[in-house]
Amino acid sequence: MKTDPRSTSRLQHDPLVRGLGWASALLGVPQVVAPAGFARALGVGDAFRHRSATTAVGVRELAAATGLLGRPHPAWLWGRVGGDLMDLTMLTRALKNHNGRGLGRTVAATAAVTALTATDVYAAVTRTRRSTPMELTATTTVSRPPDEVYALWRDLERLPDFMAHLEEVRVTGPRTSHWRAGAPFGKAVEWDAETTEEVAGRLIAWRSVDGADIDNSGEVHFVPAPGGRGTEIRVTLRYDLPGGALGKAAARYFGEEPHQQLDDDLRRFKQIAETGEVVRSEGAPGGKRARGEFPQHPARPLTEDELKEALA
Amino acid sequence: MKANCWTGRNSVEVQDVPEPSILNSRDAIVKITSTAICGSDLHLLDGYVPTMQKGDIMGHEFMGEVVEVGPGITDGRLRVGDRVVVPFPIACGACASCRAELYSCCENTNPNAGISEKFFGHPTAGIYGYSHLTGGFAGGQAEYARVVLADANALKIESDLTDEQVLFLSDILPTGYMGADMCDIQEGDVVAVWGAGPVGQFAMDSARVLGAEKVIAIDKETYRLDMAAAQGYTTIDFEDTDVRSALLELTGGRGPDKCIDAVGMEATHGASHVHLYDRAKQAVRSETDRPHALRQAILSCRSGGVVSVIGVYGGLIDKFPAGAWMNRSLTLRTGQCHVHTYMKPLLGLIEQGKIDPTRIITHRLPLTEAPTGYDLFKNKKDHCEKVVLKP
Repeated sequence: MKTDPRSTSRLQHDPLVRGLGWASALLGVPQVVAPAGFARALGVGDAFRHRSATTAVGVRELAAATGLLGRPHPAWLWGRVGGDLMDLTMLTRALKNHNGRGLGRTVAATAAVTALTATDVYAAVTRTRRSTPMELTATTTVSRPPDEVYALWRDLERLPDFMAHLEEVRVTGPRTSHWRAGAPFGKAVEWDAETTEEVAGRLIAWRSVDGADIDNSGEVHFVPAPGGRGTEIRVTLRYDLPGGALGKAAARYFGEEPHQQLDDDLRRFKQIAETGEVVRSEGAPGGKRARGEFPQHPARPLTEDELKEALA
Repeated sequence: MKANCWTGRNSVEVQDVPEPSILNSRDAIVKITSTAICGSDLHLLDGYVPTMQKGDIMGHEFMGEVVEVGPGITDGRLRVGDRVVVPFPIACGACASCRAELYSCCENTNPNAGISEKFFGHPTAGIYGYSHLTGGFAGGQAEYARVVLADANALKIESDLTDEQVLFLSDILPTGYMGADMCDIQEGDVVAVWGAGPVGQFAMDSARVLGAEKVIAIDKETYRLDMAAAQGYTTIDFEDTDVRSALLELTGGRGPDKCIDAVGMEATHGASHVHLYDRAKQAVRSETDRPHALRQAILSCRSGGVVSVIGVYGGLIDKFPAGAWMNRSLTLRTGQCHVHTYMKPLLGLIEQGKIDPTRIITHRLPLTEAPTGYDLFKNKKDHCEKVVLKP
C-alpha cells in the first residue's frame, strides 16, 4: 500500500486512531517488560511458551503503537485487526485447554479483546480511503485545424458517440451539463458537470459539481501540430475510482483498462473528425464497444437480429 | 449466401452465411464476380497470423458489381451497377498516412487498432478477410461483400477488360509492382527476386517494366521457375544450387543491385539444419517467422543496394544479419502494399498490353470448391500457381 501524505496528516489528528495507538503502547509495555506477570494476570499460566508468546504480542503492540502515533496509515489499523484475530485464536485455545485456575480472568480478557477487535475493524474500515485518485492522459493527432476539432469536441452531446463508457450527455445550461456513464459490473453513474475554463480553439476544462457519484475533472487541449499536420489533442482525466485499489484490480480483471479505453476513445474521435463516423467491421459491429467484445463476432455478415442489436 | 470460411487450423469450408448489409453510411455492397486465393491467405489458413476466429470469411482479392450504395455516398462517385475492383487494405483517404499515400497504414479503418498497436507498435489499416488483428472485416471469397468507405476504396473499371485481366489489381499485381518500385531501379540494374509465386512473378514483370537489365528468379518449384524462364528471366533452383554463389557468378561477383523478398514468414530453406533450427524456434514460440529468404537477400545484395520486402512478416525473427545490412550500406524498404497508389497506373499498363496479369492463372474453380483450391495452392499440387474462384 502506498503511503499517501494526505491520509497520514489526516490520521495524525484522529482521536480514535491516537486512542488505539496509546492502547497498543499501554498493552505492549507490560507484555514486553513482565511477560510472566501479564500471562498470569490473564489466567493462561506462565510456562515458557506462554511467556514467549506474550513477549511476541508485546513487540507487535509496540510496533503498532509506533506506527499509529508516528506515521499513521490505514495499514497499521488493518495490522491491528490481524493481531486481534491472532490473540482471539490464542485465547480460544487457552479457554479450551484451561485447567480452571483463573478461568474468569481469561474469559474477561477474551471479552475485552473481542470488543477491541470490533473497535479496530470499525477504525480500519472508516479510515481507509474508499477510492483511489486516478489521472489518465492520452493524445492523438487529427488532420483537421484546431478550431474545427475544438468545435466537434465542444458539441458535448456527441461525446457518447465515441467515448465507450458514456451513455448520455445532456447540456443543461451555458456552462453546465448532466452526464451518465456505464461503470464496471453493469452499474451506471451520473453526475452534473460545469465547464471551468474554455478558450475557443484551444482548451476546454470541466469538473463535476458536488453530489457526483464519481468526483471527476478533466481538460482537453487543442494544439496546432507541427508541419501543418492538423491538431494535437491532449486529454487529461482525473477521477476517484470507487472501491480503492481493490476495485481497480477487480475492474482490470474484468477487462476494464482505463488507459487503453481512453486511447480507443480518442481513436474513435479521430475517425469521426476525419471520416465522419466510427468505422464498424463485422467482427466489431458495435463500433465503440469493439474492445469489450473479445472474442468478437466472426468476420461474417450479421443476422437480422444481430444487426438490430449492433446498430441499436 | 455461400462463403468460404476459416474453420480452424488448415481447414476452410464453404458455408451458408447471411448476406452483408450496410454498417457505415459510406459502405457499398458488391456482388462478387471473381475472387482469388492469395499466398497470404495461407498464413491465415495454418494459423501463423493470430486472432483468426472460427467462421471468419476469407479472401481479400475480389471484384464485382455494385448492388447497393450507402446513404453517405452522395457525390455520385459510386453508383449501383458500377463494375469495381476492391483494394485489400481499407483506406480512409483523410488521415495523415493516407495523405502520404501510405494507405495500408491508414489510421482510421481498423476497429481493433488497439490490438494491432500491441503487436506492431502503431496501428495498421483494416484488411478484408485477414484476421481480427486487421479489424475483423468479412472477406471476399463469397457471393457478396461489404466494401467499407467505398467511395475511397473501389476502382471503377470502365473499359471492357475481362475480370481476369483486372482482378489482381486488388492485391498481388500492385504488391509485386511496389516491390520493384521500392528498388528505385536504375539503368543496368540486376534484380533478384526470391519466390516465384504470383507476387514474385509480378515483381519480376514490374522490374522489367521499370527498366531492369536482368531479372533473376529464385525458387525450388521447377514449374514456377519454368514460368519465369518463359518470360525470359534467369532462374536459380535453391534446392540444388548455392544461391549466393550463383548470384555472384551471374553478376560478375558484385551481387544483385536490388533484391526483392517475395516469400515472407514461411520460407523453406535448401539446408535442412537451418530450416529445422527455425522450425524448432517457431514450435516453442520464441520466433514466429522464418526469414531464410530475407537473410539470404541481405547477404547477397551488392553493397549500397536495396533489399525490398513484400513477403509478409507477422512477428519476430531470429538471426537478422544486421552486420551485413549496416556495414554494407544496404537500404531495407518494405510495406504492405499501398494498393490505391498503384491501381490506376497499373490499369494503364494492362490496357497498353505491357503487363499481362492473366499469365499466372493456372486454376479456375467455382467458389464452392474453394477448399480444393486451398489444397492445390498450399501443397503446390497440379502445378498450381494461382486460383481464381467464381461465385
